[in-house]
Amino acid sequence: MDKLIEVLQQLVNGVSLGSIYALIALGYTMVYGVLRFINFAHGDIYMLGAYSGFLLAPLFAQTFKFGEFDTFTPENTLFILCGAGLVMVLSMAICAGIGVLIERIAYRPLRERPRLNVLITAIGVSLFLQNMTQYRLGADPKAFPQLIPVHVVEGLGNLTILTSQLAIIIATVILLIILRFVVMRTKLGLAMRALSLNPTACSIMGVNNDIVISFTFALGSALAAAAGILVSMDSPSINPLMGNLPGIKAFVAAVLGGIGNIPGAALGGLIIGILETFVVAIGFPQWRDGIAFAVLIVILLFKPTGILGRVEREKV
Amino acid sequence: MSRSLLNLMLALVACVFISFFGENFIASKFAYYYDILISIGVNIILATSLNLVNGYTGQFSLGHAGFMAIGAYASASWSNHLDPLIFGIVAGSGNPVVTNVAMFVSTLFAGIFAAIAGFAVGVPSLRLKGDYLAIVTLGFGEIIRVAILNLDFLGASRGLSVTGTYTNLFWTYGSVVLCIYVVVSLVHSTYGRGFLTVRDDEVAAEAMGINTTKYKVVAFVVASFFAGVAGALYAHFKAFVTPEGFNFFRSVDVVVIVILGGMGSTIGVVFAAVLLTILPEALRALAHTQFVPTAYQGLLENRLILYSLLLIILMLTRPQGLFGDGAAFKKWLGRSRAD
Repeated sequence: MDKLIEVLQQLVNGVSLGSIYALIALGYTMVYGVLRFINFAHGDIYMLGAYSGFLLAPLFAQTFKFGEFDTFTPENTLFILCGAGLVMVLSMAICAGIGVLIERIAYRPLRERPRLNVLITAIGVSLFLQNMTQYRLGADPKAFPQLIPVHVVEGLGNLTILTSQLAIIIATVILLIILRFVVMRTKLGLAMRALSLNPTACSIMGVNNDIVISFTFALGSALAAAAGILVSMDSPSINPLMGNLPGIKAFVAAVLGGIGNIPGAALGGLIIGILETFVVAIGFPQWRDGIAFAVLIVILLFKPTGILGRVEREKV
Repeated sequence: MSRSLLNLMLALVACVFISFFGENFIASKFAYYYDILISIGVNIILATSLNLVNGYTGQFSLGHAGFMAIGAYASASWSNHLDPLIFGIVAGSGNPVVTNVAMFVSTLFAGIFAAIAGFAVGVPSLRLKGDYLAIVTLGFGEIIRVAILNLDFLGASRGLSVTGTYTNLFWTYGSVVLCIYVVVSLVHSTYGRGFLTVRDDEVAAEAMGINTTKYKVVAFVVASFFAGVAGALYAHFKAFVTPEGFNFFRSVDVVVIVILGGMGSTIGVVFAAVLLTILPEALRALAHTQFVPTAYQGLLENRLILYSLLLIILMLTRPQGLFGDGAAFKKWLGRSRAD
């Protein structure tokens, strides 16, 4: 029984970590879907999400009494969630704006250029965001304000689940449902899907590709910002380089699921998160950052299209 | 080899001779500039060799610092453990002939070791293209660094002291000349046309029966060899190496030099290496003059802000690099038409 509980425990940890990767991976995969390039700076949008939460929270600390509650009670739950939700939504909006701005300034002028040029620009943007944050706000880790009280959820027996982990999983599920709705049921979502199939035909059909691409960047950046806020609730220490590793791992997740495929990114994120947790649990904590690369190399060598990806033929 | 490059090589050989005799004078009277000169040499080796992969062969490696790290640690371990056995050198002893032989052996060992690592990394990853290759090489670079961090006999995060500061202008610029010579003659040889073909049209190259993976791996192994040599020079200059000295940003430094110089232009890359090694020093000096308000000092001292902006602006306005294909410089240096 103890073994089962242990496995279940690690599974919960893995799913909550994987949810973060899934949220970031969605941004990679959506941008790849419409533009066929890897947005290297996406991990830094996640970092900016955490920082905008860090800067926004003090503005609402009085109104929503951040850090004043020790536990969730039936009376305060809604109040706390409203406060945390507000900070999260505002950060998502800010990062969506930043994402659109980056696309407009740095990527759009290069749309017809070789992909290598765009990749180099993206590396430049990534370095710029990191170092500008470091310069303006300092390189030292900052303590993220407490948006929700973090404690063990009661009534689960031997299973230890923190409220912050639960918040990550629930918020991710809600965001995924919203994303699913946007992509499948709205006109812009339809345009996104059309654009990823064939950009030329899409614009002939009267779709304004630029608007759709901006929208895609906004959507992806908002999800990354949400991931940044959620992860900071769980481990409240943020620094300007925090986006590097999760960014790369999320990219691996996107490739694992089949890059360009939205459900694939979510699935890949969960798999990477669970794998990473289990690698640590079975006693190889120093390999936790290596496992993602190992997965990437294996997947690219044996099934480069990923789990749910389509085969794309190279035409001469 | 074109005449312009020949002239450049002659100039560098002259430098080597001057350095052979002027070494002690420069090192003692102008220690700061001596440091910069060595750094320039190391950066030229790194950038010229990476240019073989990123410029001439059209692949995109982001993990050059990893191979530099391997070279640095390999040569450091060699000097620390094997020099006392083979040459009887203990810290601070040894006559000039013996130390130079020791330097040669440990540098060669570093290069070969890095080349083997380059082969091991290159074979699986070079089947990938573009963005994927960039991220996989980045990953390998980081794995190398993390591996060193976890290896206790290499000093882990404490860093490793190196016996013998053998690196001098002669060794540095001798290696520079060798590196440029190898890269240039390789690219201009019949064999080297294979690299350019892979870059210009991989599908067509394959259709012509060219084993593209083989060419990519050869380019990668040669580049890794020289990255290892650069690492050995660096290790025997600083006498102390830490894994943090070879992180992702070190790779970015080299990539920025290659892109600024113009991918596929050896002369351009050499000039860019000189420029970008001096620039941060110059900006640091500028930051501490009275003309710059205190609030902006950090901005000037942070080379990565500058580099990132440089990358973005270059790609937007001049993707072929500052010096393009080097035509202007060839004209200026060789007074002959570009070959």
